Amino acid sequence: MEALEILKLIFDTLKFYGTIIVMILVFFCLGRAIVGPGAPDRVTAINIIGTKTVVIIALLSLIYGYDYYTDIAMVYALMAFIATIGVAKYMEKGALE
Amino acid sequence: MWSYISLVLSIILMISGLFFLSVGVVGLIRLPDTYTRLHATTKCDTMGAGLVLLALALQSDFTVAAKLIIITLFIWVTNPTAAHVIAKAAWVTGFPPIKKFERDYIDGGDQK
Repeated sequence: MEALEILKLIFDTLKFYGTIIVMILVFFCLGRAIVGPGAPDRVTAINIIGTKTVVIIALLSLIYGYDYYTDIAMVYALMAFIATIGVAKYMEKGALE
Repeated sequence: MWSYISLVLSIILMISGLFFLSVGVVGLIRLPDTYTRLHATTKCDTMGAGLVLLALALQSDFTVAAKLIIITLFIWVTNPTAAHVIAKAAWVTGFPPIKKFERDYIDGGDQK
């Protein structure tokens, strides 16, 4: 087998198992979001889950070859940021004026 | 020749990115305080997501690579901002930081 094919095989395997590893990490973050003693811990965990979801969608875009999944990842990054800012402002001021 | 270099670079970036993501989650689970958890996870997560997305951008077409780099820059701007906002909200609402060392008692800060 040629060296280039071996490198491509390694990268494909890394993409596949990397997606599974990031999914397992998301479940650990979900455990912190359930357990976490205060609201800031939960907001932090949800923020981290949003970033990891963007990574998962980008990995799936290259695994399956669907190019439009990257647009979905971009929109998801925007939505996760807006949600985090909104919840943090509500926590700080008690209202969203 | 460029395909060899980009593949090796992608593999290295991907492995280091997954390492950073895992370390961030270990910090989120193990550390004892709200602020230490925030400190550990957000930086590791920003770095890991950026590295994984750059590794993917090296192996895709031009338009997809441009979108992935835009997502990377967006995450690098917004994730520390979100961490700052969460830390400020936690400080204003009165979550105390952990007092482990004696020098923490000297300057109490102006926590409300």
